[in-house]
Amino acid sequence: MSAKNQKRETASLLIKGGHVIDPAEKINALMDILLRDGRVAEIALPKKVRGGADETFDARGLIVAPGFIDLHVHLREPGQGYKETIASGTAAAAAGGFTSVCTMPNTAPVVDTDEWVRWLRDPERGAVVNVFPIAAATRNSRGATLTDFAALQRAGAVAVTDDGKPILDDDIMRAALRLGAELNLPVVQHAEDTRLTESCSMNEGPTSFRLGLRGMSAAAEANVVDRDVTLAQQIRESRLHVAHLSTSDALKAVRRGKRAKARVTCEVTPHHFTLLDENVGEYDTCYKMNPPLRSASDREAILVALADGTVDAIATDHAPHATHEKQVEFERAAFGITGLETAVALAITSLHRDHKVPLTRIVELFTAGPARVFDLRGRGSLARGSFADVTIFDPKKRWTFDAAKSQSLSHNTPFDGRQFVGKVMATIVGGKVVYRGD
Amino acid sequence: MIHGLHSYAMNKPARGSLLGIEHLEDKEILGLLKLARRMNPLKVRPLLRNKRIVLLFYEASTRTRSSFEIAAKSLGAITTLVQSSGSSIEKGESLLDTGYTLRAVGADAIVIRHPAAGAPHLMAKHLDIPVINAGDGMHEHPSQALLDAFTILKHKKSFKGLQVAIIGDIFHSRVTRSNCHLLARFGAKITLCGPPEFVPEVSSTLVPGLRVTRHIEDALRGADVIMLLRLQKERLAGQKISQQDYIARYQMTAARLKLARRDAIVMHPGPIIRGLELTAEVADGPQSVIVDEVRNGVPVRMAILARALGKAK
Repeated sequence: MSAKNQKRETASLLIKGGHVIDPAEKINALMDILLRDGRVAEIALPKKVRGGADETFDARGLIVAPGFIDLHVHLREPGQGYKETIASGTAAAAAGGFTSVCTMPNTAPVVDTDEWVRWLRDPERGAVVNVFPIAAATRNSRGATLTDFAALQRAGAVAVTDDGKPILDDDIMRAALRLGAELNLPVVQHAEDTRLTESCSMNEGPTSFRLGLRGMSAAAEANVVDRDVTLAQQIRESRLHVAHLSTSDALKAVRRGKRAKARVTCEVTPHHFTLLDENVGEYDTCYKMNPPLRSASDREAILVALADGTVDAIATDHAPHATHEKQVEFERAAFGITGLETAVALAITSLHRDHKVPLTRIVELFTAGPARVFDLRGRGSLARGSFADVTIFDPKKRWTFDAAKSQSLSHNTPFDGRQFVGKVMATIVGGKVVYRGD
Repeated sequence: MIHGLHSYAMNKPARGSLLGIEHLEDKEILGLLKLARRMNPLKVRPLLRNKRIVLLFYEASTRTRSSFEIAAKSLGAITTLVQSSGSSIEKGESLLDTGYTLRAVGADAIVIRHPAAGAPHLMAKHLDIPVINAGDGMHEHPSQALLDAFTILKHKKSFKGLQVAIIGDIFHSRVTRSNCHLLARFGAKITLCGPPEFVPEVSSTLVPGLRVTRHIEDALRGADVIMLLRLQKERLAGQKISQQDYIARYQMTAARLKLARRDAIVMHPGPIIRGLELTAEVADGPQSVIVDEVRNGVPVRMAILARALGKAK
């Protein structure tokens, strides 16, 4: 395979002169890093790296961070290659600065067997960044019978979920958390009481009322998170991860769990910390996703939680859809937007520039935080011996996102044409540069 | 230019489109009402001779459909009715493809009624001909609001300071949303009345100055205009309030009507269900202008079509 040859070509790479931010190692200083044979060989003060390198990357003026990890992406394979493929989706991930992505199992068919988990990880798929599958928690995500967590985990699944089809039944959720606890496997919940959200297409509030659209209440999310946190507190060693948390009340439940030392984690998306329900405008389906964009007070609460450590990770919920699935009546349009190529810029622009969240915290939300959530060993840090996954970005560079030039097969983004501060300049996976920004 | 299906780029709606009252300018509303006063359905004026107007109806309609058709024909236009049953819509053709098809066969304007809120907006953003919203889901029904305004002005001097009570299922009502946008803009004082299932608290955020009450007596006291809404029985299913309760608390009766001003008018966008939201006595009583509303629909829609096709002289 040529991959092996390519690896040899760049067997060692010295990243010189960059400002390293590695929250896992509490590093925030000018450092040089030597990558060799897919690992971090050395990290030292400038010009103190002893080993030689085949190649050098000049990182002066740039931030050098552990490779960014996205806990929540939909790469649509198997079965929906017209929306995205693992090859195209991981190319978008690389362009967005992500070296690892965790894929959701709501494909066609659902990833509910170890065979499908292995299929996703097969080099034949053409992934350019690391792919960590999240498998279905119940067979066909029907919410009735648990899948074989142990077999899925052995095949490489890092968590289980019925994303998009929340586990509402108390007994099934309890059983999933129990089995997860035995295997130290997180159960990821898309928290939505679907009994309360039938035919709803956006957040419930003044905007949904004005537009004549049925709205999803904040309670439909918060009630499920509340129930799940209570179960996680009751079941020793169970691990609950709340996907794309979007409401202030759900945050309260997560805080309650964390205070009680339950193993509860959560992620939020860039669109939920930047946009509001009112941005839906005149039925723009590029603003339709699930959970929906929420009220200003929800967004405010999320910004606080991102800064204060309640939130563990920023995850994109990258959800590509073909134009024919989006250019329809708002109520009929598919939920979801792409997000891999705009997440880092949104975090720097909105969180750092506008809300003064320190870059160290932002890097933590993309690295150490998510690595901890799914126990991705050797990821999320630049400690010696870690995988040679590195994200290099310029926190001051201005640029404009052009969806037409996206690596994704789909262009359903509300951020087309948006001006950003902060740009990914290089993405390095296993010591190999898979993306270079200009 | 018409943007293809593979682009998210969108146009501004074509001039003359009428998508809703909310984003219409005051002078456009007043202009349409003025123009409607000069329209006479009994005297055919070939203003729109050879213009082709497609009536695209994804939902049942009696009043709106027939009055748009008669309005168009009174102006000399050719009309074609396309309904979801018996057309390619049944075969799964998308809304935009239906729009492109109608444009290709030569439509000069499309009048659309659709169960999904925002459907006319989607069409208008992708077509270069005027799109007229004849009711979109729970969102707006602008021609109804205009004909209601037209009817009110036949009985009242102006909207300023007018006390308007709107009673019934506000949540599901596109007529109410359009009426609130129009009447509040010109200084009417609007009270929405009904149980929380039909008048959620959020209703008061629609326009500035809206008031919500649960008591019909409170809504009616001093009212100049009373607007009733049809109560769809199926919408009572699963709600806390029973049909008997609803009738007991919110039905418009002759006795309750006495709480309003003596010259108050009773309106209803239709279809009315006698014995449910109002008694037959009120529907047929001297204060009822329900039939006038239907009649006024024709000149108002003539004005809308004339404006749409640039013949508003």
